[in-house]
Order: sequence, then C-alpha cells, then structure tokens
Amino acid sequence: MGITVNDVEYVAKLAKLTISEEEMDGYIKKLSSILDYMQQLQEIDTTGVQPTTHVLPLENVFRADEVRPCLPREKVLTNAPDTEDGYFKVPKIL
Amino acid sequence: MSIYDMTINELQQALTNKTFTSYELTKKYLERIAEIDPIIHAYITITADAALAAAKASDERRANGQLLSDLDGIPMALKDIFCTDGILTTCASKILANFVPPYNATCWQRLADAGAVLLGKCNLDEFAMGSSTENSAFFATRNPFDIERTPGGSSGGSAAAVSADLAAYTLGTDTGGSVRQPAHYCGVVGIKPTYGLISRFGIIPYASSLDQAGVFAKSVYDCATVLEVVSGHDERDSTSTPYPIGDYRGACRRDVKGMKIGMPNEFFEEGIDPRTIEIVNKAAEKFAAAGAEIIEVSLPHTKYALPAYYILACAEASSNLARYDGVRYGVRVDKPSLEEIFCATRSAGFGDEVKRRILLGTYALSSGYYDAYYNKTLQVRTLIKEDYDRVFASGIDCLLTPVTPGPAFKLGEMLDDPLTMYMTDICTVPINIAGLASLVVPFADIEGLPVGVQLIGAPFSEEKLFTAASAVEVPRRLPPDILEQAAEKGVER
Repeated sequence: MGITVNDVEYVAKLAKLTISEEEMDGYIKKLSSILDYMQQLQEIDTTGVQPTTHVLPLENVFRADEVRPCLPREKVLTNAPDTEDGYFKVPKIL
Repeated sequence: MSIYDMTINELQQALTNKTFTSYELTKKYLERIAEIDPIIHAYITITADAALAAAKASDERRANGQLLSDLDGIPMALKDIFCTDGILTTCASKILANFVPPYNATCWQRLADAGAVLLGKCNLDEFAMGSSTENSAFFATRNPFDIERTPGGSSGGSAAAVSADLAAYTLGTDTGGSVRQPAHYCGVVGIKPTYGLISRFGIIPYASSLDQAGVFAKSVYDCATVLEVVSGHDERDSTSTPYPIGDYRGACRRDVKGMKIGMPNEFFEEGIDPRTIEIVNKAAEKFAAAGAEIIEVSLPHTKYALPAYYILACAEASSNLARYDGVRYGVRVDKPSLEEIFCATRSAGFGDEVKRRILLGTYALSSGYYDAYYNKTLQVRTLIKEDYDRVFASGIDCLLTPVTPGPAFKLGEMLDDPLTMYMTDICTVPINIAGLASLVVPFADIEGLPVGVQLIGAPFSEEKLFTAASAVEVPRRLPPDILEQAAEKGVER
C-alpha cells in the first residue's frame, strides 16, 4: 500500500510539521516500506477480540481535592522562550 | 583489581574499610571520563562539581555513621531522559537543548535520597527513538568492545558508560528493548522490570503504555541492589502499582533447582544468527546442569509483535510529542504567528527519525485509518499478551531467549534503512507489549563482541529473574583498551 505526497502533506499538517520538497521523496520511500511491513497485521482474524489499551488492571485513583504545594511560578517560567507579567507569551492570535 | 571493576558491594566495603573515600572514588571516575569519554561519547552532560560535592557529603555521612543506603557514595549516571532539577535534560533533542527541569524524576529523587553520586547525563537516541544511539541530535556513542560499532539504543550512552567503566551503574529506559539491547551489545547486565514497578514521573515520555525505566550494572547482584531503591509506588504516577518491592538481592542467592524454564520456538526461527542460537542453547545447558527443567513452549503471535509495536509506539509518540510547541519550554523558532511558531519550532527541533515516527503515528490515528491500524493493533496486543499469560499459567517460571538476532552492528550500517534497524528489536518488543519483566545477562561472545541472553518473566516476577540470571552469570568481561583501539582505528578524541 503506497503512501502519497497528499497523505504525507495531510498528516504533516495534522502533526504541525513542515516537510520540504527535498525531504518528501525520502519520507515517502521510508514510510511506505514501514507501512507495507505493518500490513501483515491484517492477516490475523481479530473478530471478537477485546482491545488492550493498557497491560495493568488499574482502577482510577481518587484523592481528596485539596490544595497542595506546587512549583513556584517563577521556577515554572524559567524555561519559557518568552514571558510577560508571569505568563507564557505568544504572538497575538485573534 | 582496578577500582573500576569493583561491584557496588565491593565499593561499599572499600569505603567502609577506608581504602578510599567516595570523594577519591568519584574523582577517579571523573578522571576516566575525561580520558575515555571523548572517544566513547557516553555523556551529554558531565556534572563534575556537583558529583564531588555529593561525594564529600557522603563521606561526611559515613564518618558520622549516618549512611543512607548501600548506594551511598557510589558514582552513577542517568540517561538524559530523566528530569534532574537544575541540571540540563535534553533527551538528545535540539528542541530541548536548553531545557533545565524544575523538578526531579521520582526514581532519580529516590537515588538522590539514597546518597547516589550523579556523574552526569548519558546519550540516547532522540526521545528514545532508535536502536543505535545514532539518532542523538548531538553525536553517536561508540561501543566500548569495538569503537567502530554501535552500543545499541536507545539507552546506548547508559550501557556504554557501565561497560567502559565510566560509571558504577546507570539508569535507562526501555520502550521496546532500549535497556536490554544495549546491555547485550555492551556486555553489561540490564533489567526492564514489569510495567508499573518503577514510577515514570519525570521521565520524558515516548510511548506511555510501553515506557519503563531500567537499570544497567556490572553484575546481576548490583542490578538487584539498585532496583530495590528505585522501585515502588508513586502517587504522582497513576500507572505505578502498589505492588510490594521484592527481595531482589535475596533472590540472587536462591537455587535455580526445580525452576521451569521455557524456550519459545518462535524466538529461534529464521533471521536469528545461528551463533546466537548456539549461545542461548549453551545457557539452557547451564540451567539444566544446575537442576532447572528446560521446556519447549510456543508463543504463536510473536511475529506480529514488531509491526504492532511500531504502530502502538508511534501512535502514542505522536500524541506525547504534541507538547513540544515552543511555548512553555524548549527552543522556539520565532515567527509572526502562533501556527507558524508551532510548525517552524517542531520542524527545526525534531530529527528525521522522530518526525518519521510522529508522521506514522498520526497516520495510524487519523480518521479512516484508526480502525485498520490502531484499533486492530490493540486487539493484536491482546492476543500477544494471552500467549504469555497461557505459558506462565502452565507453570513456566521464566523464558530464555536471544536478545537480538546478532551482536552489535557497525555505526552507520543501518542508518539509511529504518525498517532493518527496527528488526533488531524483534526479540525485545513483545515484552513491553505484554507488560512483562525481562532481564539481560551477558553470557558469551561472537568474535569478541558480547552476547547476552534474555530472561522473561510474568508481571512482577523479578525475583525469579534474579535467581535465574545469577545461575547463568559469568565473570564480567572487560572491553579491550579504549585508547589503544582509538590509536589503532584512527579515531580522534
């Protein structure tokens, strides 16, 4: 099953990635060979098989909704590329 | 005996006997790092000053009779995927090249509270995606046994550091084999415990339903010593289990006699180097001679584990890595609009393999393909898991298999062929898919390159793995002199 330029461009858009024209051929070639290999899963009959999303039989963990100590704001912001007045800053959206 | 070849136990005795101090020991390790690491490239960051300060503090505790644990004062290192408060944590990615976490990963916190001395942060494949450490955005790590070969991956730096005596032990992570495969290639012991045994809090995620931290060490007993400290429930990771920590060191001294060891046919088929099979068979003979029973078993869905793994891991990665948007942390590429910032930051910040896996995962999760790829894979996951459930329910204590088809491959050999590189994970990925415990112990060599065997156990059966591994463990083999190799092969520092 071949993956097309349109497929890659569509998926890249969803993933917020830009694939340049020069890179496109390489991605198509490698992604196609990997997807072909993955096709073998289709040969298994999985009718009626329950999906496993998680290996452990875990239950939801509840706790009281209480305020607890958290990281100080200035420490949280130390890694931000841009901040203003104690907030993360990005270009105007609207 | 060189101090570098001493186990944690032996180092503790020497520290207690005042043969040397933790400060002197740490200095020795730092000297060796300065000499050897410019060739091996195991480390991304070396924290020399902090290490010496920690060692000094440990010496003071020792003098006052206030030792924190058996790891107090022992120099170690972490894969650069564990968040370390105030210490650069890059995940070997350009997008996190300037990231200094404001908190510690739980397992590192537990080691720090036990008095561990952190030498630095080890190289990996970017975001743990790879099997050779060549996908690091900074540099490739070399295999100490042959510096022209890969140490494996993704925890290649952590494995090479233990193998080349650049740390007494290290932590790595294993999503599809990233502790076990490099342990095998570098001739060290490596454990990927059961999913949920070690907290994932503060470990930069790749594929959250598969990721698990693990330990690299110079002996099975050392591995047990470290695992006892880093394991256990953590309320900050809802997938960490309240399952009690085992007596892993005690298990190392138990007798393997009467244990039932299964050998799954599907792990010895076409594609596995016959020399590897011969080595695993030798290990089986050693088990049998020690009184264990060897039983042939079948895990019929084994061949589907690899395609299933890459779909699951890529799907989860595409979601996990959405957080790198250039807003809250990491390197931002400035552009006039937010949308352009996202695209430019991610396109410049991620390497090829990471982008490839994000694209694959996004594809598998996208409308129209979700059922055919992702949902189908979750069903296959059930079938793979049931194979193992059946075998362990039949009374098998653990399984014995190869780790990879062959020994370490040459650097650059598979760089342009991701699918062939993925195939090296064929024996390790089923364990993550089924959430099992697995340990690799060095056993023999092929043309001088280390070859380990893989032991696989039911969830939370780590004690059995330590008992079995101790029964086949052989004396540690040291890599050939690194500086001589470099001179011979014309590798410059």
